[in-house]
Amino acid sequence: MTSVKTQQSRNDDGLAAVVPATAPPQVVKRRRKPLTWDKVSFFAVFLGLPLAIYLLFVIWPFVQAFGYSLTDWSGFSPTQNFIGLENYTKIFTDDIFMKAMGNNILLVIFLPIITIILSLVLASLVTVGGSSKGQIKGLRNSSFYRVVSFFPYTIPAIAIGIMWGQIYDPSGGLLNGILTGLGFDQFKDFAWLGDRNTAMIATMFVIVWGFVGFYMVLFVAGIKGIPAELFEAARIDGAGRFRTAVSITIPLIRDNIQTAYIYMGILALDAFVYMAALNSGGGPDNSTLVMAQQLFFTAFSKGQFGLASAMGVVLAVATLIFSGLVFLVNRLTGGDKDVSL
Amino acid sequence: MTTKVSTPEMKSLHFQPRTPGTTTGDKVVGAVSHTALTIWTLIVILPLLWTFMSSFKTSSEIFASPFALPGEWKLDNYIKAWSEAGIGSAFLNSVLVVAVALVIVMVLGAMCAYVLARYTFRGSRAIYYLMLAGLTFPIFLAMVPLFFVLRNMGLLNTLPGLILVYVGFALPFTVFFLFSFFKSLPHEITEAAALDGAGEWRTFFQVMLPMAKPGLASVAIFNFLGLWNQFLIPVSINAAGPRVLSQELAAFAGQMGYAVDYGALFAAVSVTVIPVLIVYVIFQRQLQGSVSQGTSK
Repeated sequence: MTSVKTQQSRNDDGLAAVVPATAPPQVVKRRRKPLTWDKVSFFAVFLGLPLAIYLLFVIWPFVQAFGYSLTDWSGFSPTQNFIGLENYTKIFTDDIFMKAMGNNILLVIFLPIITIILSLVLASLVTVGGSSKGQIKGLRNSSFYRVVSFFPYTIPAIAIGIMWGQIYDPSGGLLNGILTGLGFDQFKDFAWLGDRNTAMIATMFVIVWGFVGFYMVLFVAGIKGIPAELFEAARIDGAGRFRTAVSITIPLIRDNIQTAYIYMGILALDAFVYMAALNSGGGPDNSTLVMAQQLFFTAFSKGQFGLASAMGVVLAVATLIFSGLVFLVNRLTGGDKDVSL
Repeated sequence: MTTKVSTPEMKSLHFQPRTPGTTTGDKVVGAVSHTALTIWTLIVILPLLWTFMSSFKTSSEIFASPFALPGEWKLDNYIKAWSEAGIGSAFLNSVLVVAVALVIVMVLGAMCAYVLARYTFRGSRAIYYLMLAGLTFPIFLAMVPLFFVLRNMGLLNTLPGLILVYVGFALPFTVFFLFSFFKSLPHEITEAAALDGAGEWRTFFQVMLPMAKPGLASVAIFNFLGLWNQFLIPVSINAAGPRVLSQELAAFAGQMGYAVDYGALFAAVSVTVIPVLIVYVIFQRQLQGSVSQGTSK
């Protein structure tokens, strides 16, 4: 069967070559071939199978969540009544959920900025921190720093959380051990995660610790993609290292930065694992409670699935708004022009 | 990287008169850079080393001093964590689930990406955007309905159910990255394969898939890390099923409040961390390369 088809296409090609003038314009690339069993089965399996799993386990639940969010369904009750937007009004008048949302907003503002600045600095040091003469090159042993910095990304988030929970431990933890060892005796038995002023900062540091290495590797790859001539030209024009980083490196890896910003923002809007591991109850005065924790609790402990779905929708909308804002800011500040090299 | 034209000698000759004394400047910058990077390296490594060291201590030793070396380098904590705390069986469950899900998602994802990238048909763009949508929505939104989808299918709290969900949620990322990869492969090769009489199936498995190996490797690495680290999906839909590693670890840490055995907890964390870390160190060269491939597009 295939050989017949091949024969056919070969004839077509020959024909097109001999009499190009009479051939229809679209013939050359996209020729309509007769449907063969080979082709039908190919499409059914290659497209149908993945799509079926994807639709059933990903898209369908997403769609259902919007529907559930408009009901008072408690999961195990047979009936679910349509109650309109009542769940949403309940959410937005719920002090605890609003507190959680505030914490998420705090995370979204600070986490991406801190992570990206830190990883950009480290990536710049690694790639262009070397000699200002001769070839543009990185530091000596730079790959060692890169490999080690990536370590945290290979560790499951829950393990990171548990590990840092122990490091922050008031009496037996590494941090207070180091601080008291250095003479800061006021930190003896200080509960970093138990004090409402430090719990959030301590938690943020853990997340930053987990992701800086990954984005550093991403940015190093981006910086290495910049032609060395550009750095050399900047140097000849008398630009120093800092100037080069601000005026050459950052504009040229802008797309990478945008991607990093969006990923970190999405993570900050979730942050469930870290919060659950470090302060599963939401922290002192709910100072580290996030929306995802509240959703999880509402759904799987309280069984209020309608309400929990509404929380999920709020979370999704927040994510979309955030991504949209990042795109918009990048576009407004001329993002696309700069990268088209 | 390889397109540098100027030789170092020429440049230094050229630069010497204009910027005298850069060597000391270089040294300062180099020293500062090394210091900053070393500090960060320590911040990364010290917690890991401390965890590893503490995994050999007894609880009372841990409380006595955070820095003191363990009195004896015994494996008691590891044995306790592995068998009594169930980390061992959870570890094997994780390996099983992630391995099976990874194979399935790589095959299905490659097939789907290939079809979307190499054939234009009605709705192909729509399917592509549907995949992209799955990347942006928070997993959280899907958890509640997913719970009931699985319950209705009788797959709730089972490893096959977990595998299928893993496949579903890893699919968009896989398709998204392999899409651009397949798109970049030359069209002539498919045509040559067709001329040689290969059908669609054979063209894919014997010609295109081997060519996509570098792309597949990098996506597989990231999928592995993503699935291995997955926490939310198992605690939501596999809460009462055979636990995977991240779940067991959380459960173990959660009951710590009652039965304090910090040594075993550190051992459990070490068991989770070390194998992947070793694999990473072995394959890190490939990974660095794959990141640059993924981003240079």
